Amino acid sequence: MVKSTSKDTQALFHSLRSAYAATPTNLKIIDLYVVFSVFTALIQVVYMAVVGSFPFNSFLSGVLSCIGTAVLAVCLRIQVNKENKEFKDLPPERAFADFVLCNLVLHLVIMNFLG
Amino acid sequence: MAASETSNGTALRYAFGNVLSFFILLLIGVLAFSIRLFSVIKYESVIHEFDPYFNYRVTQYLTKNGIYDFWNWFDDRTWYPLGRVIGGTVYPGLTLTAGTLYWILNSLNIPLSVETVCVFTAPIFSAFASWATYLLTKEVKGAGAGLTAAVLLAMVPSYISRSVAGSYDNEAVAIFALIFTFFLYIKTLNTGSLFYATLNAIAYFYMVCSWGGYTFIINLIPMHVLLCIVTGRYSSRLYIAYAPLVVLGTLLASLVPVVGFNAVLTSEHFGSFLVFIIIHVVALVYYIKGILSPKMFKVAVTLVVSIGLVVCCAVIAVLVALVASSPTKGWSGRSLSLLDPTYASKYIPIIASVSEHQPPTWPSYFMDINVLAFLVPAGIIACFSPLSDASSFVILYIVTSVYFSGVMVRLMLVLAPAACIMSGIALSASFDVFTRSIKFQLPGVKGNSQVDAGDTSSEGVVAQNEVAKTDKNEEALKERPSKKNRKKEKEHVEKPSVKAQIKKRLLVLPFEASIIAILLLILLGAFYVVHSVWAAAEAYSAPSIVLTSYSHDGLHVFDDFREAYSWLSHNTEVDDKVASWWDYGYQTTAMANRTVIVDNNTWNNTHIATVGTAMSSPEKAAWEIFDSLDVKYVLVVFGGLVGYPSDDINKFLWMVRIGGGVFPHIKEPDYLRDGQYRIDSQATPTMLNCLMYKLSYYRFVETDGKAFDRVRRTEIGKKHFKLTHFEEVFTTHHWMVRIYKLKPQKNRIRGKAKKSRSKASSTTSTKRSETQRKNPWH
Repeated sequence: MVKSTSKDTQALFHSLRSAYAATPTNLKIIDLYVVFSVFTALIQVVYMAVVGSFPFNSFLSGVLSCIGTAVLAVCLRIQVNKENKEFKDLPPERAFADFVLCNLVLHLVIMNFLG
Repeated sequence: MAASETSNGTALRYAFGNVLSFFILLLIGVLAFSIRLFSVIKYESVIHEFDPYFNYRVTQYLTKNGIYDFWNWFDDRTWYPLGRVIGGTVYPGLTLTAGTLYWILNSLNIPLSVETVCVFTAPIFSAFASWATYLLTKEVKGAGAGLTAAVLLAMVPSYISRSVAGSYDNEAVAIFALIFTFFLYIKTLNTGSLFYATLNAIAYFYMVCSWGGYTFIINLIPMHVLLCIVTGRYSSRLYIAYAPLVVLGTLLASLVPVVGFNAVLTSEHFGSFLVFIIIHVVALVYYIKGILSPKMFKVAVTLVVSIGLVVCCAVIAVLVALVASSPTKGWSGRSLSLLDPTYASKYIPIIASVSEHQPPTWPSYFMDINVLAFLVPAGIIACFSPLSDASSFVILYIVTSVYFSGVMVRLMLVLAPAACIMSGIALSASFDVFTRSIKFQLPGVKGNSQVDAGDTSSEGVVAQNEVAKTDKNEEALKERPSKKNRKKEKEHVEKPSVKAQIKKRLLVLPFEASIIAILLLILLGAFYVVHSVWAAAEAYSAPSIVLTSYSHDGLHVFDDFREAYSWLSHNTEVDDKVASWWDYGYQTTAMANRTVIVDNNTWNNTHIATVGTAMSSPEKAAWEIFDSLDVKYVLVVFGGLVGYPSDDINKFLWMVRIGGGVFPHIKEPDYLRDGQYRIDSQATPTMLNCLMYKLSYYRFVETDGKAFDRVRRTEIGKKHFKLTHFEEVFTTHHWMVRIYKLKPQKNRIRGKAKKSRSKASSTTSTKRSETQRKNPWH
């Protein structure tokens, strides 16, 4: 039983990896960016748990900046993904411009909120 | 060749339709603006009611001192001796909007006063709101329904009641912000564009700035997202519409000082975070499902579910612990009273005491949304065919807002746009059906329709236009939806074979029936228009600081409030403190510019309870309370002479309840005779000796000799009495406002001789004032 489960898991990871290897490089870069920002957010949460959340707005803006960046990058990834049929008629340049605009707003707000 | 011609024709018709709908929208804006001007025409350009006076005062401060002083404004003229931090406790959206309008107008060298700008802010924004309704409904069900919904919203009585010229309150701009936020959400959902998501977050920010009702948005949108996920309608557009909104919206909301960290710390917002997590999980699942083969996906699901359950349990446990650790379980009183309608009346008398926080009665539904109430179910049905993400959103919107409007009268305002959208959809859809059946049965068209469906539609449009011409403009606009839809329909009709056409003709209603139905619908619309205009003109445009009444000898104008406030501002010292029940706090600070003890921003229950206790105590105890608060003047509103029902005697039980809630020596049963509130000879001695009774009815017997109270329709219980610690300094023309001054403390050394003399002198002074000012009523 255990053996079959681990076998399944192995097969699963194998197929996951092979499926992921097929993704285009630009999407992989975005994925890396997402993982990086989520990781940064996690570090901040851990730091908050250790040190305390005293300047709460600083903590909040730090974490939300990371999460926000990640979310926006995911949105960009969805939009530029060629396999996604919903965004056939959306040129990647437009998607990127939207992404930049949204990031601009996000970080203006964060700079305001940082205090 | 022929194809290009028809496409040319379609393009031309589209262009024509766009121009026409632009002009119709312009007219709708004018309609929305002008229907709200009845109050200015009938009365004058004046700020209405209570809260608008505070907003007006804040706007004055903003325009005079600038935005930075506004944020740091500590107001020492209210809540004496505590004061109030205005910049941090007020929703700044309305004030900033009016301030910006004022600034723009003045930089264009249009010298309007702040008051004028404030008076006309609400009508301007109601025009914006109807345009936003058009956009929202257009996203849901096409331009025709949009135009109909916009017309309906422009004159829905419920919204008119909050946005007549002069009603300068948060709701005036907030409803526009609400609808516009919903529109942008739907737009993002339909297009999946990050640009609209950004705009959506900014619109949400404006809503947070304007009104506490923003929690409705931040709960409704997650509910819709959850609904979409549960019903299997998840799409990546949904992710783009929701996830950036939560992050950006939360950050933007915490920028508003009055919300601040509440945006992440209170339960009203937790739902959105929970759904935020859920949508990420769902998005991940869909992504993995996309790249894996079905068999491998099954394996992955079994693996993840077993791990995921554990994680979910842990997260839920943490959340529950967080919520339970906050004192009110994280919910503010007002939100709790939404979920449990009996909550407020049980625990928070100060919320329950406000009449607009009471549950509405059935007639008020008919009064406020009128025929829309009957059209809404039809609109819901129309939304189900076919059900899209957008139409499921409006269905959810109407369902939740119906519930909330049932809890509080004032939330009828949130229902009104939803009802308008639904009715717009219903009207448009039914006109579509009826005109289509007429079109198919018109004898001239009948022959053609078998040859070419394209021709039919153009003929139908001509016929339509003739119908439209005979009707008024507004009816024409209700016809338009069908015309617009026809264009789409035409493309559908052309494709399927004759078989489908025959099927379609079987669906057609009888000719006579559809004509009669159209006439009835037009009649219904006309009834709605008549009712709305009546409501705007008669019911909702009274400013409530100037009252009028018609009687057999003509029109009476009661301008007592302003009389009293101007008396205060001319005859008292700048730093004198005026005590009154909290309803009149904002007006006193704004119009008389005097310091008040409590006002309509009921942030400190104890302070209000102190004033309530003073009002319900006997004279001596009340004098001591007021003296300890540095009060110089006491202001009471009394409607017994002219029959003004919302006076202090009618509000008195709330003073007793609120006072008794903090100071237990005030007991409500002491003021009630057998559970009945009365002020006649059967009243309890506590009632007859309390300060409010005495200040209201002092010298009242001198008006008609019998002391007949026209509001309570009875003779008062105790007619002849003297005041020992207060002296009457001013009573307005119709006795609606009475102002008393606290007598200074007696000099103890001189003993009784002095006391009797002072008494004598006070009686002479009252006599003199009698000779000067005869009873105005005779």
